Amino acid sequence: MSPSVPLQEMIRAIRSARTQCEERGVIQRECAAIRAQFRQADNGGRSHNLAKLLYVHMLGYPAHFGQMECVRMIASPRYSEKRVGYLGAMMLLDEKQDASLLITNSIKNDLSHSNQYVQSLALCTLACMGSAEMCRDLAPEIDRLLRASNSYIKKKAALCAVHIVRKVHDLGELFAPAARSLLAEKNHGVLHGAVVLITELCERNPETLERFRKTVPDLVQIMKGLVISGYSPEHDVAGISDPFLQVRILRLLRILGRNNEAASDAMNDLLAQVATNTDSTKTVGNAVLYETVLTVLDIKSESGLRVLAVNILGRFLLNNDRNIRYIAMTSLQRIVGTDHNAVQRHRGTIVDCLKDQDASVKRRALELSLALVSATNIRSMMKELLLFLSSCPLELRAQAASGIFNAAERYAPSQRWHIDTILHVLTTAGGDVRDETVPNLIQLITNTSELHCYTVHKLYRALLSDISQQSLVQVACWCIGEYGDLLLRGECQETEPVQVTEDDVLDALETVLQSHMSAPATRGFALTATMKLSTRITDNVDRIRSIVSIYGSCIDVELQQRAVEYNALFKKYDHMRAAVLERMPVIEKNSPGHTNGESTREAVKEVQPAKVKQAETLLPQQPASQVCDLLDLLGGSEEPLQPNPAVGSTLPVLPVSTSSTAGGDLLDLLGGLEPTPLTPAPTVTVYEKGGVTLTLSSEKQSDSGLTVTLTACNSTDSDISSFTLQAAVPKSVQLHMKAPSGDSLPARGAAKVTQMVALSNPNKVNLKMRIRISYTSQGSAFQDTVQVDSFPEH
Amino acid sequence: MIRFLLLFSRQGKLRLQKWFTPLTDREKKKVIRDMTMLVLPRPPRSSNFVQWRDLKIVYKRYASLYFCAGLEQHDNELLALEVLHRYVELLDKYFGNVCELDIIFNFEKAYFILDEFLMGGEILETSKLAVGATMEEADTLQETMEEYMSKPAY
Repeated sequence: MSPSVPLQEMIRAIRSARTQCEERGVIQRECAAIRAQFRQADNGGRSHNLAKLLYVHMLGYPAHFGQMECVRMIASPRYSEKRVGYLGAMMLLDEKQDASLLITNSIKNDLSHSNQYVQSLALCTLACMGSAEMCRDLAPEIDRLLRASNSYIKKKAALCAVHIVRKVHDLGELFAPAARSLLAEKNHGVLHGAVVLITELCERNPETLERFRKTVPDLVQIMKGLVISGYSPEHDVAGISDPFLQVRILRLLRILGRNNEAASDAMNDLLAQVATNTDSTKTVGNAVLYETVLTVLDIKSESGLRVLAVNILGRFLLNNDRNIRYIAMTSLQRIVGTDHNAVQRHRGTIVDCLKDQDASVKRRALELSLALVSATNIRSMMKELLLFLSSCPLELRAQAASGIFNAAERYAPSQRWHIDTILHVLTTAGGDVRDETVPNLIQLITNTSELHCYTVHKLYRALLSDISQQSLVQVACWCIGEYGDLLLRGECQETEPVQVTEDDVLDALETVLQSHMSAPATRGFALTATMKLSTRITDNVDRIRSIVSIYGSCIDVELQQRAVEYNALFKKYDHMRAAVLERMPVIEKNSPGHTNGESTREAVKEVQPAKVKQAETLLPQQPASQVCDLLDLLGGSEEPLQPNPAVGSTLPVLPVSTSSTAGGDLLDLLGGLEPTPLTPAPTVTVYEKGGVTLTLSSEKQSDSGLTVTLTACNSTDSDISSFTLQAAVPKSVQLHMKAPSGDSLPARGAAKVTQMVALSNPNKVNLKMRIRISYTSQGSAFQDTVQVDSFPEH
Repeated sequence: MIRFLLLFSRQGKLRLQKWFTPLTDREKKKVIRDMTMLVLPRPPRSSNFVQWRDLKIVYKRYASLYFCAGLEQHDNELLALEVLHRYVELLDKYFGNVCELDIIFNFEKAYFILDEFLMGGEILETSKLAVGATMEEADTLQETMEEYMSKPAY
């Protein structure tokens, strides 16, 4: 067949251009010639010109002036011109161009052309760039072609219908009957098209899916025919008969069998047959096996078949071919939630894949390994994961680090192991961890009080060796500040004793302060740590004073502010310094997934009740109906076991921006000193029954604000539990109940429960309060109500 | 479905592009750039699958050409490798020991063959012989017209 000479000459000319500039010159000349030719009347070389233009377009140059020529050529009666015209339409026009509408009519005419190759051109173009309007226009034509034409056209019409359904979902109904009848065809091309069309219809419309379930036996039949049949030269690929069709049928069976017992039963035998008989030495066989495995795992298959499928995946994992290992891990990832134990059996192979050279395989292996970590294998898995972290590619580091943290948090066998692991990650990949790691780690450290000595020693040593990893340095500074006295003491059970002098420690902190590698936040940590040490060391307090005063003129505003305040703490408030800088209490944290058995998170309640926002009413377990009869019920009872952000409020004076203080974003640092003790307010006993006494005292805070303190006491011989108070006030008064100090009253007045209530009475109405008391004593529940009409005024 | 099929050389020059979804010219150019940057630097014995945005990219190198296809999440990657291989076989049969130059100088033929094999991102014909036969007939039809047009009129 004769090649297009003018086209080839042009291509040769362009390729012989030695520079980009020369090439552009050639192309500009050619484009000018083409444009001139387009304007001329009909000549024999039109298809060549358009072909030249398409080549130029492929090189990346603009070719939009050829769009109208495409439209004209499509309308030409000559096949050669139509062919190139339609090709041009597919390359230059898309549904967003206006010119595409102009070819709708041509396509319509060509769909009913006598020559099947012309029809096929029209079908192909419609399926490639048909817009929604065009599809709507021509759908009936396509349907007609689906039913009554030869197999060549039928298969093209089927895929054209698929495109139409994708563009205009409603037209799916139109094609359903024709699709059904196409399944009876013998031609593989038509069969394939029919299966694709049915798949598309079923995916879009659940009702259609229901109707097509009846085709499962037919599909099974067709599939069986393909699997058992002998060699067919036309469709054979490496011993497998028409693998493309097989894979599509398997996919359709998957969709039809999902969530349906009957359909799944009907295909069980077939799937078992395919899984066992397919030759897996070549890629094509593995492609079919892969699809079979996906189908088995997705439908309601029997357990034997599922085991077979997972075993096939296990075999894939051992395959030499990287591609097969990759897809095996992708599939295992999908089922690791449901068939966890089956996947665990292959854990060894998966962990080995972490060492594979290929980046894609490594990524999959990492995801799968993290999903397979459990309480039993945590130690060995973590060893492998930490090894991986030290050598993994940069783009996977953040994912690996956060995955390791999550796993360590969930399954840590001991506190020391947990801390060691986190420290290891920080030393290897400190730059890639998330920001919240620092407060999380600090919180973990404060919680394991028995390991403070060990931790601070380890961190000190890490700090000495490397100060470039910011997260590690921040944690180390904080620990040295907090537990510096333990560090200086020297002896430690867990590690070898090392003599650390006060000067060494201060040197280390100063190095961090002065290093250009330290981020501003890190220097903030170091400065605060230095300050804290002033109460923990004895000899070098003057050195600390001088460091702090130097930074009083630092350029960094944050550091300057801190230094100035610390200076003030030295000078004017020296009497408070010890109290301000004393050891922090345990930090409470709201976080999910803590199954760490060793530590119990006790909420350390402060003397000052925390400002718990009770905007959402924490209603007690009692049914709502009991609550309704009280007026204006706002904050209900407390839930003492719910973690409140407890406050380390021994640092009231520092109005420091909390974000950079150690663990600051978890601690709710309250401003304000301890209030100067007021003269004790008069108390009134408002309730006394059954051994339970409730006293009330009030004090005025402002013109319309009143704080009421309710104190409960138990004088009986048995303990009282679940003690709750609810209060109601007149409508115009606002009530805010703070968290009570507890909910249990031990016998014989051993301890009291206090609850503060803040009232706001802007309209100065007569203040009344109704209080409901409920508690459990000796296994039975009690409830009572009392009304308070007058409040003792201060 | 296959979202796109690209053929490019080892230097990153595009030899064939087939798009099965509507994209603007800018988006197409971006995809082509991303694909060449994703595929060309990969070491020779790495796996043929890469995850890119929400698509699975399957690529294979044949002599000096990279064949690169973008698949959706539920497509079978191993089968996509077979699809690429089948297309190469079809080109080989048609041109007779196909090489990159054949595809450069006869790019429109490469497109016609592709259009007989894939349509709308799905496989159209699973038989090699059928595709070959169709191409022959269509070429004959074209030639007949051209011969007819170039015959001198008496």
